[in-house]
Amino acid sequence: MSSPVDQAKNAEKFLADTVHEERLDKLLWTMRMRRDAAARQVPEWEELRTLASEIKEHTLSNLSQYLIQFEARATANGMIVHWARDAHEHNQIVYEILAEQGIDALVKSKSMLTEECELRPFLERRDIRVTETDLGERIQQLDDQPPGHIVGPSIHKTTKDVAVLFSQKYGSDPNNEDAAYLAGVMRENTRPDILKARAGMTGANFVVAETGAIVVATNEGNADLSAHTPPLHICSVGIEKIIPTTESLAVFVRLLTRSATGDAITQYTSTFRGPRKGATMHVILVDNGRSTRLGMKRFWHSLKCIRCAACMNTCPVYRRSGGLSYGSTYMGPIGIIMMPTFELRKYSELPFASTLNGSCTNVCPVKIDIHEQIYAWREVMEENGQIQVVKKDAMRVAGKVLSHPALYQIATATLSTALEVLPHFAIYNRLNAWGKHRDIPEPARETFHEWYRNRRRKTDEVTRL
Amino acid sequence: MQVALMVPCYIDMFYPRVGMATLELLERLGVDVVYPKEQTCCGQPMANSGCYEEARATEEHCARVFGPFDCVVTPSGSCTHHIRNKFTAGADSAEKQNLVRNTYDLVEFLHDVLKIREFPWATFEHKVALHTSCSAIRGLNMASMSERVHDPVFSKPRALLSGVSGIEFVEFERVDECCGFGGTFAATEEAVSARMGYDKLAFMQKASPDCIVSSDMSCLMHLQGCAHRQKQDIPFYHLAEILNGVSL
Repeated sequence: MSSPVDQAKNAEKFLADTVHEERLDKLLWTMRMRRDAAARQVPEWEELRTLASEIKEHTLSNLSQYLIQFEARATANGMIVHWARDAHEHNQIVYEILAEQGIDALVKSKSMLTEECELRPFLERRDIRVTETDLGERIQQLDDQPPGHIVGPSIHKTTKDVAVLFSQKYGSDPNNEDAAYLAGVMRENTRPDILKARAGMTGANFVVAETGAIVVATNEGNADLSAHTPPLHICSVGIEKIIPTTESLAVFVRLLTRSATGDAITQYTSTFRGPRKGATMHVILVDNGRSTRLGMKRFWHSLKCIRCAACMNTCPVYRRSGGLSYGSTYMGPIGIIMMPTFELRKYSELPFASTLNGSCTNVCPVKIDIHEQIYAWREVMEENGQIQVVKKDAMRVAGKVLSHPALYQIATATLSTALEVLPHFAIYNRLNAWGKHRDIPEPARETFHEWYRNRRRKTDEVTRL
Repeated sequence: MQVALMVPCYIDMFYPRVGMATLELLERLGVDVVYPKEQTCCGQPMANSGCYEEARATEEHCARVFGPFDCVVTPSGSCTHHIRNKFTAGADSAEKQNLVRNTYDLVEFLHDVLKIREFPWATFEHKVALHTSCSAIRGLNMASMSERVHDPVFSKPRALLSGVSGIEFVEFERVDECCGFGGTFAATEEAVSARMGYDKLAFMQKASPDCIVSSDMSCLMHLQGCAHRQKQDIPFYHLAEILNGVSL
């Protein structure tokens, strides 16, 4: 059993490097401002959010029916549809498709699902070389790091970081931080892989049941290159990505990019209806814990997520911690409520990496009550004995003092013991956590309670006179 | 009208002046205020940490003490939000339902129940940076939320403070971004919490206010701790103090 990810400690490390922290905070806050501006342009924005939420809830409530409909249509369109119960089954299916044709190299566009399934290491262990074609994802691959953000995987890196990394991996100029130059380096180095690839892989943003179509939204066009150049296209998709109709797709397309980056739409929104002439197209429908989550009364709503990352961009904790601090595939507010469904203990500390300020819930284009779910997860952690012993002990003391007026008054009445109550839940974790970067408030000479008692006594005396 | 005054535990211990200002202000407005002496806390620190078991007795005690009153007022959006929306650790009872229904933050009570807009006894000729807590904004709808771009812009705390003669407000960036207090978050994620506090102060200071005001003292306890550590000596006030006529 793995020990819990210490997000707080990882965040502290990230914060120590002010250059990266300040940059990430500003960059993502700009995204949030761009999102606000884009939403302002759409008068029916809140209605769209409601509609999107209702479509997702309806689809998730009739999931099996829509999946079966999709399978029938996609098959009729000439796709080969697979079902994967979990990550291993998914990876095995991909491997077998490739192995059957003796393919030892794969180009792929960004897919959080393949990150979740840890597909890349699985294939690499079987001598299949994988080239990520999304710039940010490629940067993370070269740096041997998972994505730090679900839309911009390497958003926590500066252009200087990338220049140094590319110089080590590609022999480019370490001092040239020009973004266009760096994108050019990446292009020169990955384009040959794409051109000679015999298999390409993509994820999917939406899957339309009515038409059996797959929809992929990217800005770099790399998904189209990866899917169209080789004669074999494998598409992995989580079962929650399904929507009923092309008409409903319009609602999501309007919301997705505006929420993510503030643009009206991505550069490429591609619909794949079936294989090209002479090519093969496989679709793998992946569960990997989704149907279990669908059965969770308090938490199934997180399946509505369309992966726009608006919740990360607005989250004041994420912006100051960096995505890698969560030690998980999905990070930020949505990651906090999704990850414990995969591994409760490992992600038991994540629900505490939030101030419960609620901004995430307000920006979510499909109206997931994210901060309410974070709150609910804390209770689940408590129910499952996942709260640290020191914290639990401190809470027990606080709970005892605060439920007994006499104890409370004794504890707060004198200057020295007044500090016992607040710092008890402030100090429990690390030595005087409150006081590390902040001054501790000075206890008053007289509590309100004492003041009131004395004042009332005087008033009563006056009345008697 | 009789009102039971709830003084949050941290105000009782660290900021009794805020309790006094609230009491005096309500009495000035002709409200018959009772202070139930057996009160302690609403249980939020424990419940907020997932420790419902530890919160239960405190919550039930709170319901017993305040349940019998028709109206409970507290100078804390955070405690009001907890009682109104998160009071689920203890057993259900008529007293508890009563308390949940009848608890108001001071701002709500003044703005929505008494509908007061003028505070003729108060003058405050200073520039104020007004901070409204996330509990008050997104939990109690006391001010418009920046994410809801099509909603009308409003702020109940500001509407009340505008009734004090001479007061001026400074506008600062990221006005409704969380200050980083977050209850026990302040300790469990102290590094991020403190950075958020420093950032909030920096945005405010850029607008050159004379003081920082909020209707939630818990945010201010955190921000003041950050300010003191940075050797900033800007004063902090609870909204009740300004409305009651404090001078700088």
